[in-house]
Amino acid sequence: MIVRLEVNGERRLVDLPPLTRLLDALRGPLGLTGTKEGCGEGECGSCTVLLDGDPVNACLVATAQCEGRSVTTVEGLGALDGRARETGGLSLLQAAFVTEGGAQCGICTPGMLIAAEALLRETVDGANRKPTDTEIREAVAGNICRCTGYQRIVDSIAQAAALRRRVSPADWVRENLPFAKAEGTRGLL
Amino acid sequence: MSNVGTSVPRTDGPSKVVGTAKYVDDLSMPGMLHGATLRSPVARGILKRIVKDPAFDWTGITFVDATDVPVNVVALIQDDQPVLASHEIRHRYEPLALIACDDALRLARAARHVTFEIEPLPAIFDPRASFERREIVAPPDNVFGRYRITKGDAEAALASCEVVVSGTYSVHHQEQLYIEPQGVIAWFDERGAHVHGSIQCPYYVQKGVKKTFVLTESDVDVVQTVTGGGFGGKEEYPTVISLHALLLAKKSRRPVKMIYDRQEDIEATTKRHPAEIGIVTGCDRDGTLRAISIHVLMDGGAYVTLTPVVLSRGILHAAGAYRWEHVLAEAVAVATNTPPNGAFRGFGAPQTIWAVERHLDKVARQLGMDPLVLKSNNVLRVGDTTATSQTLKESVGIGECIEKARTASDWDRKRALGPVVQGRKARGIGACVFMHGAGFTGSGERRLKGRVALDLLLGGRVRIRTASTDIGQGTETVFSQIAADALGLPMSQVEFLQPSTARVPDSGPTVASRTVMVVGSIVEAAARELKERIDAEQAATGLDRRRAMDALVFRAMGTAEHVYDTPRDLEWDDATYRGDAYPVYGWGCDIAEVEVDLDTFETKVLGFWAAADVGKAIHPTHCKGQIEGGTLQAIGWALHEQIVWKDGAILNGRMTNYIVPTSLDAPPFTTLLVEAPYSRGPGGGAKGIGELPMDGGAPAIAAAIEHATGISMDNLPCLPEDLFERARKGRAA
Repeated sequence: MIVRLEVNGERRLVDLPPLTRLLDALRGPLGLTGTKEGCGEGECGSCTVLLDGDPVNACLVATAQCEGRSVTTVEGLGALDGRARETGGLSLLQAAFVTEGGAQCGICTPGMLIAAEALLRETVDGANRKPTDTEIREAVAGNICRCTGYQRIVDSIAQAAALRRRVSPADWVRENLPFAKAEGTRGLL
Repeated sequence: MSNVGTSVPRTDGPSKVVGTAKYVDDLSMPGMLHGATLRSPVARGILKRIVKDPAFDWTGITFVDATDVPVNVVALIQDDQPVLASHEIRHRYEPLALIACDDALRLARAARHVTFEIEPLPAIFDPRASFERREIVAPPDNVFGRYRITKGDAEAALASCEVVVSGTYSVHHQEQLYIEPQGVIAWFDERGAHVHGSIQCPYYVQKGVKKTFVLTESDVDVVQTVTGGGFGGKEEYPTVISLHALLLAKKSRRPVKMIYDRQEDIEATTKRHPAEIGIVTGCDRDGTLRAISIHVLMDGGAYVTLTPVVLSRGILHAAGAYRWEHVLAEAVAVATNTPPNGAFRGFGAPQTIWAVERHLDKVARQLGMDPLVLKSNNVLRVGDTTATSQTLKESVGIGECIEKARTASDWDRKRALGPVVQGRKARGIGACVFMHGAGFTGSGERRLKGRVALDLLLGGRVRIRTASTDIGQGTETVFSQIAADALGLPMSQVEFLQPSTARVPDSGPTVASRTVMVVGSIVEAAARELKERIDAEQAATGLDRRRAMDALVFRAMGTAEHVYDTPRDLEWDDATYRGDAYPVYGWGCDIAEVEVDLDTFETKVLGFWAAADVGKAIHPTHCKGQIEGGTLQAIGWALHEQIVWKDGAILNGRMTNYIVPTSLDAPPFTTLLVEAPYSRGPGGGAKGIGELPMDGGAPAIAAAIEHATGISMDNLPCLPEDLFERARKGRAA
């Protein structure tokens, strides 16, 4: 079955059995392996992507359901952030996970970032306010992390929320992310 | 220039947050097949015959059984575990055969067309029954290890103590539940065997491959791909899956990828060893501890794997962080017909520390003392001797840990207040005091001789080559910090080579809280040597720094390889288990505040204060991340996690029903770093931190539950039904 969808802002087409998991379409023909599989049954949240802006577990979504819809994966976070060109390809949220200890082994990170992005769109972008700690914990409650104890994930998201409203990203990166600057992480995308 | 002590951005962070970091399942090879393991349907028996359904079309499917295995052992401590069982089956998930196919769907179908004829044998799941040899399941006597520690004369001392308290305690299995399941890609080519995978210890895998396929070191390259967590679970187990993939690769002459699905990973791979611990202590009426007698029985599972080492670390931590004049500690590990238990953060210590901490809470109750005061009064200090008669010479920051945790948590007020009951919810606060040996036990490091190499590269860059893997804990970043500072270079000029046994020297395994403290100090020594060479070159030639570095490269003087310089004053006797068990210890005081629902018996952790003496925090953010992550695993072990068994099978092998803490279950952490530097630690005194945080969480939670409700849990877990049952029994009594 041919399915047309928009992935990270680009129009894409896949030809797959209709019940193919969106996760397999992304990791297979679409070549986006940033989205991870941790359990295959919607419990761990590692495969979280945005489907028309809402976080979903890509292991539980059939590709056929995505006809004409838009999908955002971790690969699209920096690219979709209008200011990311100034931050070496990282969105503020991604950068905060690097500096604040939000990512350790990194396997839950793509899903965690997507869940957090949905929250920031709702609170910071939508309502122009910072999310509370409880809101942050609720937003990522479907994303299991075994490394961090979650404290530094909560802190990373809170910091990104604060910065997404105020500072110019370029200034922030200059101060906080010399590595990203030096290594030119833009090339990674 | 100082990177050490600063929370620099994680060097592997950018690739992880943009999704370009390549984990093993993100890789593929041309012509690659997918492999699967066919496992025993019974816990114990004799394999009579393997039947491949003749009606199924086997075209394009590679099949491997024990007859295809050159040397059928998984090389580790003892060679008792077969790669594929050929005759005797010892656990419910024992691998019996392997299949591979280029199509994952056909592979799954083929798996359903293989059956096994097995003559079942009686199985043992209770370690006591195994100890009593009701059935011999691991010849000759079911025993995997035994240790005995003595100091003074505990029996005589106990007979004369004013207050004698006894108790028995137990802990249960725990699944590591790294979020990336086990997986490898393996192939053979003209150069030999290749394994790329999610691996903590590439040299362990190399050892296993050499043995099974009768190869030499240069024939085997094991490469660690970006690894999505390990926590011990990827210490010894990856050897098994690597051997399986290589067997399929050899027979099919194709690369083979094996990735476990979650259920297979939970069911078949190693878990934390359950244990039963009996303790008798004697003390004065004022709470001065005198004597302790400890007996530990550990459940090793079906094969030896790392059980003797886990048992050893367990018994070495069994007396806790306290001064005892008299110690008798005996430990034994036995076989049962469950999958082999293995490495999991803490490695035996969380088990015994659970027991001694719960026991001291009981002693405090009998004495009518604040438990933290009892513990604080008896805690080891510089100059004291441990259970193995080791005199502590330096870096004992426990006093400061206790003070910091106590103040930050407002312990004195909350404890004195007693349980705060509002409606049907009761609040309480509990504490745990603990230590954890950093580095290998006894003479381990001396035997191992860990090595690291640093290379100057043209253009003024430096590359670190080590077998110490970054599995999330931050090895790459921290080693780069240490090397950069020792060389006087910026971090951006230091790189970390992806560990590969063909390219990096054997630094020893990434285990035992040894990576930063031991291997980090080798990195530091090698970097200092390079710096001396560069300085000398500059002095001799007048070249600028970069040109001097290039000149060394051109003269083949650009590589410094260092071997660990084991402190010479450490003395350890394996025969008597006496002496310097560890070069130094990490210390911790955890305080938990909980709220227990008196109707549902659910426990919510309201706050957690973790104070840890880490020697020197090379990267404070990572260091706190280790402490918080380890602590939450301990909280999960206490409050949420439980493997449910039936006849040797796991009933809840999925993330839907093996429950680990979410962000809403996790408490807000207040993490307090204490730095009592270790004179031989890198970066100005760093000690191992990896395992320490797994030790304190469970006892602190149980103590808080007891303070809130009066329900005293001697056994883990503390699920609502366990608390309810205990309360009901308490009322009946």
